[in-house]
Amino acid sequence: MTENVNPFAYAPAPESRELVSIESSYDLFINGKFVAPKSKKRFVTINPATEEVLSKISLGGKDDLDLAVKAARRAYESVWSKLPGKERGKYLYRIARLMQERAREFAVLETLDNGKPIRETRDTDIPLAIQHFFYHAGWADKLEFAGNGANPRAHGVVGQIIPWNFPLLMLAWKVAPALATGNTVVLKPAETTSLTALLFAQICIDAELPPGVVNIVTGDGSTGASLVAHNGVDKFAFTGSTEVGKAINRSLASSGKPVTLELGGKGANIVFEDAAIDQAVEGIVQGIFFNQGHVCCAGSRLLVQENIHDHLIEKLERRIEKIRVGDPMDKNTDLGAINSKEQLQKIIELTQSGEIEGAKAWQPDCALPSRGFWFRPTIFTNVTGAHRIAREEIFGPVLSVLTFRTPQEAIEKANNTPYGLAAGVWSEKGSRLLWASRELKAGVIWANTYNKFDAASPFGGYKESGWGREGGRHGLLPYLTHSSTPRVKPSKGVRK
Amino acid sequence: MAKVLRKVEMNQGRTSSSDLATDFGISDDRSLELFLKTLPGVDQVGVEARAAELATRSIKKESKSWAIDMAISMVDLTTLEGADTEGKVRSLCNKAHRPDPTDLGVPHVGAVCVYNDMVGIARSHLDAIGAKEIPVAAVSTAFPSGRASMEVKLRDTRDAIEAGASEIDMVIDRGAFLSGYYKSVFDEIVAIKKECGGRAHLKVILETGELVTYDNVRRASYLAMIAGADFIKTSTGKVTPAATAPVVLIMLQAVRDFFDRTGIQIGVKPAGGIRTSKDAIKQLVLVNEIAGPEWLNPRYFRIGASALLNDLLMQRMKMRDGYYASSNYVSVE
Repeated sequence: MTENVNPFAYAPAPESRELVSIESSYDLFINGKFVAPKSKKRFVTINPATEEVLSKISLGGKDDLDLAVKAARRAYESVWSKLPGKERGKYLYRIARLMQERAREFAVLETLDNGKPIRETRDTDIPLAIQHFFYHAGWADKLEFAGNGANPRAHGVVGQIIPWNFPLLMLAWKVAPALATGNTVVLKPAETTSLTALLFAQICIDAELPPGVVNIVTGDGSTGASLVAHNGVDKFAFTGSTEVGKAINRSLASSGKPVTLELGGKGANIVFEDAAIDQAVEGIVQGIFFNQGHVCCAGSRLLVQENIHDHLIEKLERRIEKIRVGDPMDKNTDLGAINSKEQLQKIIELTQSGEIEGAKAWQPDCALPSRGFWFRPTIFTNVTGAHRIAREEIFGPVLSVLTFRTPQEAIEKANNTPYGLAAGVWSEKGSRLLWASRELKAGVIWANTYNKFDAASPFGGYKESGWGREGGRHGLLPYLTHSSTPRVKPSKGVRK
Repeated sequence: MAKVLRKVEMNQGRTSSSDLATDFGISDDRSLELFLKTLPGVDQVGVEARAAELATRSIKKESKSWAIDMAISMVDLTTLEGADTEGKVRSLCNKAHRPDPTDLGVPHVGAVCVYNDMVGIARSHLDAIGAKEIPVAAVSTAFPSGRASMEVKLRDTRDAIEAGASEIDMVIDRGAFLSGYYKSVFDEIVAIKKECGGRAHLKVILETGELVTYDNVRRASYLAMIAGADFIKTSTGKVTPAATAPVVLIMLQAVRDFFDRTGIQIGVKPAGGIRTSKDAIKQLVLVNEIAGPEWLNPRYFRIGASALLNDLLMQRMKMRDGYYASSNYVSVE
């Protein structure tokens, strides 16, 4: 034993990669089959932790989307809309069970493609994704109790675009309710993280889901834009950045198509003086460093009562020093790789602005791998409401710390943002928790915890964080229409 | 109850408990109660989630070998039965000294822990087999319930020390604690500490299974540390639940915070329910990540156990030989 080196530095404990087989290239999943893209274009997907090329992904173009939307329309009209709810439910149960059987494979694949730690994909992403299918399977034959009238109907073909931060989980949030409510789907995964969606396509085949009910068209922003602009889509759902969300909304304005948007956030995590301080520290860490801070509802603004600020920051820094940054495949890794070079650049740019504007940065002294995209957990103190790092979404492991003196001031500062997705409140006083949760303008309020999710709990935002809810009973509503509401007719042009 | 604390001489250059109490602003019943009740609360859901998260740490290869040897050297090898005999205690002492007679590379355990009347037998046998360095710990103060007069508790402690115990595992008066008579609990610890003088280390058993709430565990930890405990210990082993991970986590957090505030490093001893190597390694992970690597030392962390030692030895053999041997390859005491 040497004096200064911790003898209990955990030896590497990597998860086995042998569970997954990654093809050298992938086709699009249309009408129940993998088909080569008509665009003839492909792009590489890499492991952000090593920059190793994992595979080539098809870049879906307009013609590919036409095929996918047509397949979805045909499946909707000929099979899916005619199936009773209990039969749709059986398919969802079957998908859930097949995913469960291959859970570890999904976890490894997600970690390789996304860069997030295996501990998180294994314990959070994949189990939650599966839960969404089980949960919605149960709703499929009970939709008349969803609160949208006695005879709720599906929209038809739903277009969905999902982000790269929780690839399979976001797929589940979108696909499970759409199928349970009787819609068919054309889904575009994020450009950097398509692999688990393509494995999910295989699950759809294995579950013998009728062809065309789920179509997965991989690609980049142009593919997404074509899907948004497609006339054959009856309803649209998007999760991603506020910037793209606004563009989608502009593009769909006056089309009459219902849209749900789940966009960015700048979540406030409010710690009152009477909080259980050690657990608050844990909650702060969970709030901002979970998934490298690539979380739309991340608690990226810490609002701490001024009289406990120094003590809390001291405890927080000591806790952050214990965060294990490195190989995402290691079972002991807490913080993995940043998902892409572009995202890393954005994080660097914003943190530099923080220093230029006079905030004080602190990082632990941890080693980073030489290859891949990495960023140390960072906290900024001396942040004021006018700093960019207090207003803009960083989407990385960077926490901005602000202080408040009174409960009213805490709420005022927490609500002083264009966003309104999530907030956390830490206090041992029940009355204060209830009061704060009424006053905060955010779709999700966590009391004495942060970043906890459940399929039964609706999720969504206020203001620039989007509209519509996902999960729970509320999450079904955007996928249903009253029988009295005329459905948007697809334009003739699509049904060639 | 005395309004002013008696001045107590402490071993190892520790500040006297009355100085410590003054540092914490504690002078009487009221100020002690105020102090304990203004400690930050513990959120049950949060602490259990953190403990569960740390339980997923995967300890492999050289870290595992290191952890197994460290855990062996931290074991307080214990027998606390009405049926204890001299023969049983002697064989336990041999086990403590040479846990695996076929492999002299195995470290000796932290201590042998017995009832008061077995202390002399354990001490003389350990000395006879050349294991002078292994301390004998005695459970004291009317263990396990603590339901006796102060006079008896003091006498119990003095007896054990005179018979050769260099570690005293005392129990707190849980009844008094739960009734809110914190000062009475405090004064008992101070008095026992005085009895220990410079001759014995004091481990204070909180019996967390009877204190029930995590807030109580934190309060009792601070109470014991300020009153002069060298170690805070979870349980007697006679009550379930005993050393649960969240309880150990809170106690480790308490010793860490106490150290940051006073510069005094207090040890922690979970006891009861730690039976497998996996359990023991999980405890070491808690030590490493909550209190810090400075506590990864038998001076500051002990595990009260009996069956655990054999499981550690079997894991050790497995790491050495590459296969699991049957339990017949380790000795049964």
